[in-house]
Parts: sequence; C-alpha cells; structure tokens
Amino acid sequence: MNAYGWPTQASRYAQHVDWLIGGFGLLVVALAAPVFILSAIYLVRFRHGRKVDRSDAERGSVLLETSWALIPFLLVIGFYVVSTRMFLDQQSPPDHALTINVVAKQWMWKFQHAGGQAEINELHVPVGRPIRLVMTSQDVIHSLYLPALRIKQDVLPGRYTQEWFDADKTGTFAIRCAEYCGTDHSVMGGQVIVQTPVDFARWQAQAGADKSLAQRGHELFDRLGCAGCHGANAQGQEGAVRAPPLVGLYGRPVPLADGSIVTGDDQYIHDSIMLPNKQIAAGYKPIMPPFGNVLNEQQVAQLEAFIRSLGAGEDK
Amino acid sequence: MTEALSHMNPRMSQEAIPNTMEERRSYLAEGHSLKSWLTTTDHKRIAILYLLSITFFFACGGVAAALIRLELLTPAPDLLTNDGYNRAFSLHGIIMVWFFLIPSIPTVFGNFLLPLMIGAKDLAFPRLNLASWYIFMIGGLATLATVVLGGVDTGWTFYTPFSSTYSNGAVFMAITAVFISGFSSILTGINFIVTVHKLRCPGMTWGRLPLFVWAHYATAIIFVLATPVLTVTLVLVALERVVGIGIFDPKLGGDPLLFQHLFWFYSHPAVYIMVLPAMGVVSELITNAAHKQIFGYWFVAGSAIAIAVIGFMVWGHHMFVSGQSPYASAIFSFLSIVVAVPSAIKVYNWTATLHKGDIVIDGPLLYALGFIGLFTVGGLTGLMLTMLPIDVHVTDTYFVVAHFHFIMVGGSVSAFFGALHFWWPKITGRLYNDLWARISAMLIFLGFVATFGPQFVLGYEGMPRRYHIYPAVFQPLNVMSSVGALVLAVGYLFPVLYLLRSLRYGKPAGPNPWGATGLEWTTPSPPPKDNFETVPVVDKQAYCYPVGGRDEQSRPRTQKAKAGE
Repeated sequence: MNAYGWPTQASRYAQHVDWLIGGFGLLVVALAAPVFILSAIYLVRFRHGRKVDRSDAERGSVLLETSWALIPFLLVIGFYVVSTRMFLDQQSPPDHALTINVVAKQWMWKFQHAGGQAEINELHVPVGRPIRLVMTSQDVIHSLYLPALRIKQDVLPGRYTQEWFDADKTGTFAIRCAEYCGTDHSVMGGQVIVQTPVDFARWQAQAGADKSLAQRGHELFDRLGCAGCHGANAQGQEGAVRAPPLVGLYGRPVPLADGSIVTGDDQYIHDSIMLPNKQIAAGYKPIMPPFGNVLNEQQVAQLEAFIRSLGAGEDK
Repeated sequence: MTEALSHMNPRMSQEAIPNTMEERRSYLAEGHSLKSWLTTTDHKRIAILYLLSITFFFACGGVAAALIRLELLTPAPDLLTNDGYNRAFSLHGIIMVWFFLIPSIPTVFGNFLLPLMIGAKDLAFPRLNLASWYIFMIGGLATLATVVLGGVDTGWTFYTPFSSTYSNGAVFMAITAVFISGFSSILTGINFIVTVHKLRCPGMTWGRLPLFVWAHYATAIIFVLATPVLTVTLVLVALERVVGIGIFDPKLGGDPLLFQHLFWFYSHPAVYIMVLPAMGVVSELITNAAHKQIFGYWFVAGSAIAIAVIGFMVWGHHMFVSGQSPYASAIFSFLSIVVAVPSAIKVYNWTATLHKGDIVIDGPLLYALGFIGLFTVGGLTGLMLTMLPIDVHVTDTYFVVAHFHFIMVGGSVSAFFGALHFWWPKITGRLYNDLWARISAMLIFLGFVATFGPQFVLGYEGMPRRYHIYPAVFQPLNVMSSVGALVLAVGYLFPVLYLLRSLRYGKPAGPNPWGATGLEWTTPSPPPKDNFETVPVVDKQAYCYPVGGRDEQSRPRTQKAKAGE
C-alpha cells in the first residue's frame, strides 16, 4: 500500500484496472445521485404540512420509464465492451512469457522454475518480463491472488489453470489464497519478489538447481519404469506391450479411441499419467496403470517438462 | 399510556378504537394454550410462529457475527482458533441465509398478509402451511445440532471437494439441515402461488394486486423452481462424502466446478428470494408514507417478475475466476448487467413516487428509505462486480462481503424492520412509540454503513474474505467495522424492547392507523380468525390515495365501506 492508502500497482494492467474502477465508479455515483438527491429534496419539499402544489402528480410515464431503464443500461454497456476486451486480452499470455509451475496444497504454495529451482511460499521473478503461472492443486480448490497486480485465479485439483502478469516494478508483493481452503486458509500466503534481471540471474544461480525440470522428469521417467512400455527414448514401442510414442506428442493433435481428437497439451499429459483410462489413444489398449496415487503434482509437472523437451519429433 | 403526543406518528391521527368486541375476538384470542399455537392452521398464527423462530435464529447468527467481529479487532488470533473461526463464519452464513434471510419476510409477512391483502380467509393450503413451519424448525434445529457435533467449517457455500472429501466438520448434518429446510421453502412457494391464483376476492384483478403480492408471487416462483436444484446438489455432496461416489472430487473422477454451477444456479436466485419481498414491502411503505399512488405500477410489478426470470441466468458471475470458460464469463457479465435494469426501474419509481406526495416522515418510512439507500449502494457495487477485471481483483475479498451485506442485510433487514413497524399495529393491535422507531431506524442505517462501508476499502486493498489472521495494515478499517457492528447490534436490539413494551402499554391501533388503502386495513386490528366478516369486493386500483394529499380522507377499497359512507 502506498502513502495515500491506495494499494500498490505493480503492473500496467493493475493501473488499467484502477482506471476502470475509477471511471466506472464515477458512472455509478452518477446513477445513484438522482435517487439520493431527489429523495432528499422531495422529503423536504413535500413533507406533510407544507403547503405546496401537489396537483397533477403523475401516476407513470412510459417515456420516463424507458429512459431510466435504457440510458443507464447503454452507459454501462459502453464500459462492458471495454472491460470485457480487457479481460479477454488478459486470458492469453504472450508467447515469450516465462512459465512457472505452481502447485497449491493445504496450506502452502510450491513453485518450480523451468531451470529446476523450487521455492515454497516465495516466488522470484524478473521485472519487465511476462510471467505465466501454470497452476494446479494437490487437494482442494485454492486461489492465487496477487493484489498488487490485480489478478486472481482459482487453482483446481485435477486441472490446470493459468494466470500471467508483467510486473513493471521491483519489490516484494503479497501472495494470498483467496478461495477458502480449510483450517489455515488465512495464513496460506507468501511473496512475489520482483527483481531486476541481474538480481534474478544471481538468484537463479544461487538457488542452485543442479538439474532442470526436464532433467528431473527424465530421471522420474527412468525410475518409474516408463521406458518399459514407452521405449528407452520415449519413442514408443511395438510388439507384445504396445505404447504410444511420447516424442513429438506435445502440442500435437492426438486421435482417441472414441474417435475424437484432443491436443497433446499439459492437461492431456497430466490426465494420461494420473487417470490413463480417461482418454485412450487410438490404436492402443488401456493397459497403463494410473499414477494418481504414486505421483504428486510437482512430479507430474516434471514429467510434462520432460515430454515437452522431447519436442515435436518424427511422426510414427 | 404516558407517551407525549409529539412522539406519536402524525399518521396516527385517526381515533383509536378502544378494546372493542372485534379485538377481543381476534385471532390472538382463539386459544392461549401452547397446543392451540402448535396445532393452529391460521396463517396469522403461523406467521407469529415464524416470527418467533426467525428472531431466535437471527439471534443465533448474530452471536456468531459478534464473535467474528470481535476476533477481527486485531490481526492476530485472540479469541478463536483457526478452526473455531472457520466454524463461526460457517454457522453465521448457514443460519443467516437459510434460517433468517430466506424465510424472513415471506414466511412472516407473506404468510400474515397475502390472504388479508387479496381478501381471502387463509392461504390455499392451511395445513401445508403449518407443515412448512415444522419442516423449517426441524431444519433449523438440525443446524444448531451441528454445533453440538463439533461444528461445520465449509462456509455456507459448501464448496467441493473441500466439503465432500477434506473437511472434518459435521458437514453431513449441516447439509441435511439445509436439505430439510428446502422443502419448507418449496411448500411455502406452492402455497403462495396457488393462493394468489385461486383466492383473490371479487374485483381483485391482477392489475389491482398490491405490489407486495406481486413481489411474493415472483418470490414463490423462485422458491419452487430453484430450491429443488439445491436439494439435488446437497444429495450429491452427501453421496460423495458418505458413500464415496465420485461426483465432484477429481481424485474420484468428479468435477469440482460442477458443484459451483449447481450451487449458484440456486443461490443466485436465492438472493432475489431475499430481496424481492423486501422490494414489495418498500412499495407499500413508500406509497403509504407519500399518501400517493405508486409511480409506474406495471413497471414495478413487471420488474419483480423480470428479476425472478433473469435471475436464473446470471449464476456464472460467481465463477469469473473459477476456471470456467472466459467466453462464458463474458456472457454472464452481460446478463448480470441486464438483471440490474429491473432493480434500477424499481428504485427510480420509488423516488418518483415521493414526488408531489404528502410525506409523513415516520419510523416505517425511515426504514423503507434505509432499504432504498443501502440497496442502491449494494446494487451499484454489484454492477461494478459485473465488470470482469474489477471482479477478478475483488471477488472473494471483503469488497464482495460488503456488497452482499448491503443488499441482503442492509437492504432486506431494513425492509423487514420496516414491515414489522408498518404492520405491527395490524398484527398486535397496538401502536408503538414512533420516536424510538425513528431513532433505531437511523441507528441501524448508520451502524450498518459504519460496519460494512470500510469493508469495500478493505476488499479493494486486497483483504480476502474468511481470513482469521490478517496483515496489520488492515487493522484500522477492521476496528472501524467492528465498532460499527456494535452500533448496529444496539440498533437491532431497540425495536425488540419498544415493540414488546407496546404490547402492554401501546395505544390500541384501530383498524387503519396509517390511513392506508390496502384490504388488510379494512378489518379490525388484530384481525378476527377469518380475516373479514364478509367477503370484500374491490372496485379500485391499489394505492388509490386521494389526489392532492391528505386533506381528503382516503377511502378503503371495498364496496362495503363505500356504501357505509
């Protein structure tokens, strides 16, 4: 909060939200003003006992009714167009955004950077670079709320949601959980630490992850024996135990056994690991065991990073 | 009776009818035993049963609210543990929503007044009416039983999978309680709809219905159409929690957002269950205080129906950050702006009704104006919440808490008190001290604004709701809010005292102390068991106050009275 009691704005978007609420606030005051002002005037003017002209009191007027229904409505719709565009623009992060993986659980926030750095309740990010948070929950619904950036997104179990921001101010800003999640909901918080690129690079080096997220995923891939079916290099396998290739899976359309086609995105990969029988790739038998009770969400994120790193290989 | 005349309401000019035969034969005199009350099928007596019960539940919910505001005086946990706090606000929400706000005006004043206003002997199904009260009481007592079982910590919203899998509170008991009370709502709704359709007296056409009746008709439609959805949803939560059938928890193959869609499909219309009857009350109070025909009768009546219908299409505005499709959010945002239009029409029409009125500023009017003021603030901040980027920032913060309290508590409870003061002489046959009524109406208004005004700021500054422990920067505004709550509590307590006092010391009210035009004012106060001695015949519009102010005596709306002139 700044000296004037107005909450800190840590991004251009936050400023835009404040302009919106300021502008819309003025309209709202203008809409309320006739009610308060005219009521007060009428209460004084037409108080019982005052001698005033009360004749020709109208019992209704279609013109008045239409105008006080339509004029405010149209004014509000003007704001609706602006605000909805603002909201929809905010739905898709720019392509060069830095992706950070978020796992919420009762009652903490876990962050994993692509470089493998992991943090709890603290998130280091560079200033001036769009940051995309890909989030899921290990248990109940949480909500990652960054008041200084005016953004908030619920974090659901079994599903990825995302939010992004482009902080233009270095500093430490609050993270709060906004969706009630049980006993320690009110202390499920943390801080975003927005640093200059130099400081951020220093932090990255010092947080010293020896392995990147994808490398950890590769280790998991080996340790869990995924290669037994998907092949040592995840190239897929034919023969007695057939399993689809993972090379080239990311971002590609995947035909399913029921005839539909889905995109091989994070959500699809997540579900295929945790609940493999939900969507069966066309041409394969539903023989993969579910890993829902074996892996936590952070490990799934590592496997996804590994599969992403395999890139778009040759179609088989 | 020692009250100075200056304290009396100037509208009470009519010669009071002393203890007449009618009064002694009133519905209150039809038996004094507990059994006569617990087995009554008289809509007026059932209304009294409801009044006592919801006052009790309001006190229970109020105690929980007091604990919350006391705890929030400091940023640290002092009074309650984290789980204790979570149980306090859950109990507060569940009791206040389902056992006070939803039943409040419809079951007390709807029950008492619908038959009187349309010239009927009783509701269409008197025994069903009594059954509704019993069902309601079982639900309410079951809610209180959760406290004995250790409390419930899900919030009144029961979001899954927290409620269905993770909570260790008495969730099953709580949802059973709400499940049971739902049937009371449904049965009351059916009763009202049939009554309005079938029991209107001769001449009481739809175009002559008091706006209170229109509002309750619209409310009854929501009762009947929305409540079953909640009932089914609660059964699904119970199935998941007790039997482990995967419906909402993704670990069991369910979808957590499904619950929110179903829940808000009921709970958004439920907000209109709380506010439509209040609007009906205000239409009655404003016209009577201004002694003037309502401005735009059909627009006020039609907007009640429009709110009931459009109210079913806006539930997704509770889910803008939930992960629903952004395009769905864009549509729900638009529809939420649309539903604000009929509410705005009502508020502007009430204002226009005051124009060229002959306005007596007394307790009931101050409560009605309190409703209009607080509802306007609550409604317009709701309009702010339809703007998606604003909602994303302030949803699940104190901004939303303030917004809905302005509408549901500031607005609806003010209207409830307005109704209580306006029809108190009809219900009890006694007049109260109007000076006290005016003082407490203003106290409630000021206390309310002091309590919930600061919360708008808290929310915009980023304080999430349901926070037991909070950053120290939020303390000054929280202290303001808690002090306001104390004023509010005193304001709520006053009417209990002077209204109860009026039962013994109040002047007899006479049939029509306000010079009002409704049919309920053509029968003695309190009314006899069958409401009217003869079937009334209506030949005039509602609110046919004399043009040109109070100089001409207003006439009741029946043929009989006209003939007796």
